[in-house]
Amino acid sequence: MLKISGLNAFYDNVHALKSVDLEIKQGEIVSLIGSNGAGKTTTLSCICGLVAARSGSITYRDKDITNSPTHKIISGGIGLAPEGREVFPGLTVEENLRLGAYARRDPGGLADAYSRVYDLFPRLKERTAQAAGTLSGGEQQMLAIGRALMSGPELLLLDEPSLGLAPNLVLMIFELIREINKQGVTILLVEQNANLALYTSNRTYVLETGHVVISGESRDLLKDEGIKKAYLGQ
Amino acid sequence: MEKNTEEPLKTAGGLYRVELFFSKRRMILIPAAFILFLAVPLMGFNQYILRIFTVIGIYIILSLALNLVAGYTGQLSMGNAAFYAIGAYTATLLLLRGGVNYWLTIPLAAVLAGFCGLLLGLPTFRLRGSYLTIVTLGFGEIVRMILMNWDSVTNGTLGIRNIPAPDFFGITLSLRNGGFYYLVLFLVVLVSAASWFIVNSKIGRAFVSIREDEIAAQMMGIRTTKYKALAFVLSAFFSGLAGAFYAPMVGYIDSNSFTFEVSSQIISMAILGGLGTMRGMFFGAAVLIVFPEVSRFLMDYRFVIYGVILVLMMRFRPQGLLGWQPRVPVRFSKTVRSDLMREGILPEGE
Repeated sequence: MLKISGLNAFYDNVHALKSVDLEIKQGEIVSLIGSNGAGKTTTLSCICGLVAARSGSITYRDKDITNSPTHKIISGGIGLAPEGREVFPGLTVEENLRLGAYARRDPGGLADAYSRVYDLFPRLKERTAQAAGTLSGGEQQMLAIGRALMSGPELLLLDEPSLGLAPNLVLMIFELIREINKQGVTILLVEQNANLALYTSNRTYVLETGHVVISGESRDLLKDEGIKKAYLGQ
Repeated sequence: MEKNTEEPLKTAGGLYRVELFFSKRRMILIPAAFILFLAVPLMGFNQYILRIFTVIGIYIILSLALNLVAGYTGQLSMGNAAFYAIGAYTATLLLLRGGVNYWLTIPLAAVLAGFCGLLLGLPTFRLRGSYLTIVTLGFGEIVRMILMNWDSVTNGTLGIRNIPAPDFFGITLSLRNGGFYYLVLFLVVLVSAASWFIVNSKIGRAFVSIREDEIAAQMMGIRTTKYKALAFVLSAFFSGLAGAFYAPMVGYIDSNSFTFEVSSQIISMAILGGLGTMRGMFFGAAVLIVFPEVSRFLMDYRFVIYGVILVLMMRFRPQGLLGWQPRVPVRFSKTVRSDLMREGILPEGE
């Protein structure tokens, strides 16, 4: 579905991604783990066209989307729930969701999109008229994911959904991520919580200072001695 | 749903109740206010009062224009007087040198000002926050310098005098016969309606999302650069409209009519009234035009008091006097609403 090959990206002179190769097949949950500054968020930003790729290619459904403008990528069926939530703080939950549907071309689909998001996150339905900035961290995360779903994406990119959440909320969010996947949405999950990411995903890529160092089936990586030492604290 | 949308309005206190009161009756109150304003010239006011009303009208248009870019899109422009000037000069030159009919000069001037707005909008692709504001400030000064020094076209510092008042079916518009008042009233209604439709459209939602969080807006698939430029174009267009009206009304323009003070006055009005609301623009323009007039007895001290008022407001009501955010929920189109009701998200019969 999505194929990244030989991707290089820079922040000025800092080489952030060094020849990254990554592939996501339809229906999968793929996780991307690694420590701070490994290039996980940069990879997502490159996919969305927010950071320019200097070389390499990104193809989505056999179409080259390398360095396409963001709005084209979003209306092409990719949704992003950014790191740190980034909801629109002064707007209500409902207005936030409505902006998520901005790239939709079918006004008739709006109602379905709302009911789908409200079914997944009943908490949001209780808070439709509340300003997003006054929601709790977990609710904001739900809103960020819900907002990304409003455009009806086939591929959902999630950046650190566990960031800053209480442990029980983290479990709940990951439960919902699996649920969204079951509904037919392919997911690329960027996560620092390696344990959780490995248990949730089908396949995993490990990034270190811009390189993909290990990749494979998540359940195999869980048994890998190097991974256990470096990321699982065992 | 009913509970969720009404609850914050009830618990949030007096202002929200006042707003709810007015917003529920707006279909009666707005036409009533309009009829009242239609009758103003018949009430026997002298020319001085009618002139104040007319100037308020001009500044309402200018504030509404600034509000689109600064209030909704969050890009503070300190150079809006430049568009006002471009509108005024374009209309005047078309009228005097080009022999164009007055009623055509207004839209033409607005279009040219809008085009200049696009030029100012271009740096917004790269600049944010205070850097952008400084560029707009510079733009205002550059335009004023051009007007002052391009003698062959603008007549330089001497300005252009004897701009003829327009005719409307044989009647020459003047302040005394209320002609200019009616024209500005018409333009205010026009610009308010346009502004209302823009703000409540998909365009308006894009504007607000850029103000709230530009990067997140981009991730929603909103072309932020396009909409920022569009905000500047629309703002310039309406400011140019006001300028084209202003020149024949006063009959004389020079570069000193469009200094930075004018830009800062528009900003003060918008901030005093409440950026990001339309009612605030009407209120801010009215207060800041009327105040210097009624406080003439204070002589030069009135500007000290004017300053004190603005400082006090910044301290106690930074969001502007009428600047609370409406919490009346989003309105959907009829088809979407009926879909939402069918899905049980909206209560029936709303």
